[in-house]
Amino acid sequence: MKLTLKVWRQKNNADKGGFVSYPIDGISKDMSFLEMMDVLNEQLTEKGEDPVHFDHDCREGICGMCSLHINGKPHGPQQTTTCQLHMRSFSDGETITIEPWRAKAFPVVKDLVVDRSAFDRIIQAGGYVSVNTGGVPDANEIPIPKKIADEAFDAATCIGCGACVAACKNASAMLFTSAKISQLAMLPQGQVERKDRAEKMIAQMDAEGFGACTNTGACAAECPKGISLTNIARMNREYFTAAVTTENV
Amino acid sequence: MILDSKIPAGPLAEKWTKHKFNMKLVNPANKRKYDVIVVGTGLAGASAAASLAELGYNVKAFCFQDSPRRAHSIAAQGGINAAKNYQNDGDSVFRLFYDTIKGGDYRAREGNVYRLAEVSVNIIDQCVAQGVPFAREYGGLLANRSFGGAQVSRTFYARGQTGQQLLLGAYSALSRQVANGKVKLYPRTEMMDVVKIDGHARGIITRNLITGAIEKHAAHAVLLCTGGYGNVFFLSTNAMGSNVTAAWRAHKRGAYFANPCYTQIHPTCIPVSGDHQSKLTLMSESLRNDGRVWVPSTVEMAEKLRKGQIKANDIPENDRDYYLERKYPSFGNLVPRDVASRNAKYVCDEGRGVNETGEAVFLDFRDAIKRDGEDTIRARYGNLFDMYQQITGENPYQVPMMIYPAVHYTMGGLWVDYNLSTTIPGLYALGEANFSDHGANRLGASALMQGLADGYFVIPYTVGDYLAQIGPSPVNADHPEFDKSIQEVKERIQKLLSIKGSKTVDYFHKKLGKIMWNECGMARTAEGLKQAKADIKALREEFWKDVKVLGENEELNQSLEKAHRVADFLELGELMIDDAFNREESCGGHFREEYQTPEGEALRDDENFAYVAAWKYLGEGQEEELHKEPLEFENVKLTQRSYK
Repeated sequence: MKLTLKVWRQKNNADKGGFVSYPIDGISKDMSFLEMMDVLNEQLTEKGEDPVHFDHDCREGICGMCSLHINGKPHGPQQTTTCQLHMRSFSDGETITIEPWRAKAFPVVKDLVVDRSAFDRIIQAGGYVSVNTGGVPDANEIPIPKKIADEAFDAATCIGCGACVAACKNASAMLFTSAKISQLAMLPQGQVERKDRAEKMIAQMDAEGFGACTNTGACAAECPKGISLTNIARMNREYFTAAVTTENV
Repeated sequence: MILDSKIPAGPLAEKWTKHKFNMKLVNPANKRKYDVIVVGTGLAGASAAASLAELGYNVKAFCFQDSPRRAHSIAAQGGINAAKNYQNDGDSVFRLFYDTIKGGDYRAREGNVYRLAEVSVNIIDQCVAQGVPFAREYGGLLANRSFGGAQVSRTFYARGQTGQQLLLGAYSALSRQVANGKVKLYPRTEMMDVVKIDGHARGIITRNLITGAIEKHAAHAVLLCTGGYGNVFFLSTNAMGSNVTAAWRAHKRGAYFANPCYTQIHPTCIPVSGDHQSKLTLMSESLRNDGRVWVPSTVEMAEKLRKGQIKANDIPENDRDYYLERKYPSFGNLVPRDVASRNAKYVCDEGRGVNETGEAVFLDFRDAIKRDGEDTIRARYGNLFDMYQQITGENPYQVPMMIYPAVHYTMGGLWVDYNLSTTIPGLYALGEANFSDHGANRLGASALMQGLADGYFVIPYTVGDYLAQIGPSPVNADHPEFDKSIQEVKERIQKLLSIKGSKTVDYFHKKLGKIMWNECGMARTAEGLKQAKADIKALREEFWKDVKVLGENEELNQSLEKAHRVADFLELGELMIDDAFNREESCGGHFREEYQTPEGEALRDDENFAYVAAWKYLGEGQEEELHKEPLEFENVKLTQRSYK
């Protein structure tokens, strides 16, 4: 395959950045998208040009580190992570536009690399059950209906890649935040801190500068792990319940 | 130096309990006076950092990824073992211990492995309490499955994403301690060196991957939880960033490296498709519970398959060779990983491989779908089937999967004693970074168990014992040893950037990988290893003369990051070769062609090689020195492993 890559280059956070076009040839349909980027970077390096920086690690679609905006869509045309996207999804001669996640709360570090530490801080605000190591009951003393456990699992599969934020016109992090709030709100282990958790995580989400939700559903449509919009509804319910019944003043 | 494993005396089942009582405690009010550094935030690192912070120690946690949640533990699929015996099928701590020792081909310490089995039950309790959504039965209790070579159902799982759920559990515990101010996180930070003062580890030197700043951090103890070194093979199931650098720098500062040649080749990976390949993808071996492994019974038929003249589904039942079921009737498709991998290699070497490259075998779900229905199979393995289809473009519900072995895990690692202390006092190694529990071969669903056992339930006790002994006098990074080390790190960076050669870092990494895979992979020979050693030496020389690393240190520079890691792999590779050459026997993941039974099974030499090979670094360009820690077996009888 012969392609033209229109890639966002930005030296660092202070740099304004802009697109640079690179023609590339000899790409096999069996390559993953990131392997195609490897080929580009090998060629750039051989020419003495700075390779394109992008985040990636497991290349199995689970670590959530890869993050490209490809042809206007987070993780490209398939509902999968960029590392699982293969070149058979593109056609010969195509021009592919590659950008970083665009969101105020995800500042660009370099080229296609962004800073997603805001997500870590949302989890730190309450995305856990406060149990110390040791001194917990036997695992089978907490029976959980299979249906509930499965639903909690579905919410828990979020990989924290940030595609939901990148897909949203408001750069909202509602899907990400709601996935964790839902998981723990559904499980018996999460009940004790349920209200507090919803309030604190949402407050942190707002403090990070993520936008509000206007229910377009773009986040769920682009989520590589199929995290459902139901989680946002559930989070709103948690938030309102907490607001009217909380002991926090 | 005599290697003292510090295994407590007394009956196996009482060792850990007694040891816990005998260890010194740090007074609760004094814990805040101690600083502990944890490098790596996978299962071992995150669980250790969280548990130590909960106890009251001040923890600094480092990872090279942008968030601790990315660590490669997240990619583990199949499950985690625990001797809960919830299924009433005869499991026990002793049985898990026995299976692990036997599965490791009798090359692990009894004391360590027993402790691992003992605390395995606590891990499940801990994870459930954190809200990890394990699979459940309709009655609401936890579900189990049998996994890779076990005849009891002791594996707990969360669909095909167990590693993810366990890591997110540990990450949540870690995050809670970050919020409490007891853990300070350093993401996008790579460890470059260990600093030793008066023989004790007292801190580390790091590079901030965004700014390039070289920084020093002092602490009373340093924990390396930095994973394995499978990426020495270039192609492996490890994450792209997984590396040996932290462990290797520690090794060069005096930590012995044990059994580096023990590498695990996982039997169920998606085969290589071309030269562009950057990594290999594992399909959980839980697939072997329902999938049947086969190749055509004749070379002619395999040739037709490779040329596309016939399809897998065209091959009639009696022309299929279910070679694992045929050779190992009692374990069948569930033989341990090393046996399954080696047999795949054999049938492909015979010319019966089934894909274009001739390096693949079938894993067929036809019979399972017929028996249980497609929906049941989808519920069990849906995400794995989807992943397979995404990568290969084929639908495994309709055509058999193609699989081939790939490097997956390294049983070798930094030598540690029973307390997980390396040969440098104050420096500990946890999880895959150490060598201690899996012997020459790791059983499926045991890596998650070991990482979390070390982090949640072993290190909080053993590091406390050390800290109580050294006392809480403050440490700081003003000591000249820190500046000396910083200087060395800076010089190395300068050297890498100033070579300005003609070949990229990946060029060298791929070449190294080829050498390692061909000569130090699934089968090894003295002659091949000798040649490989010479080749690696030459490659290393070429690297330091001709590598091309662009850019500067003072910026995000992924080529420079990679160059550091590959430079260390080029040294580690040679040590792996030395170790494989020295070990004149076959055991577990180490198969020397010269040492096999007439049936082609691994032939151990317990008389001469029932020891841990621990290597001491002596200096640039010098051969490493071998130290032997004899393995003593008081509770199990060494037998030839048989899965027939």
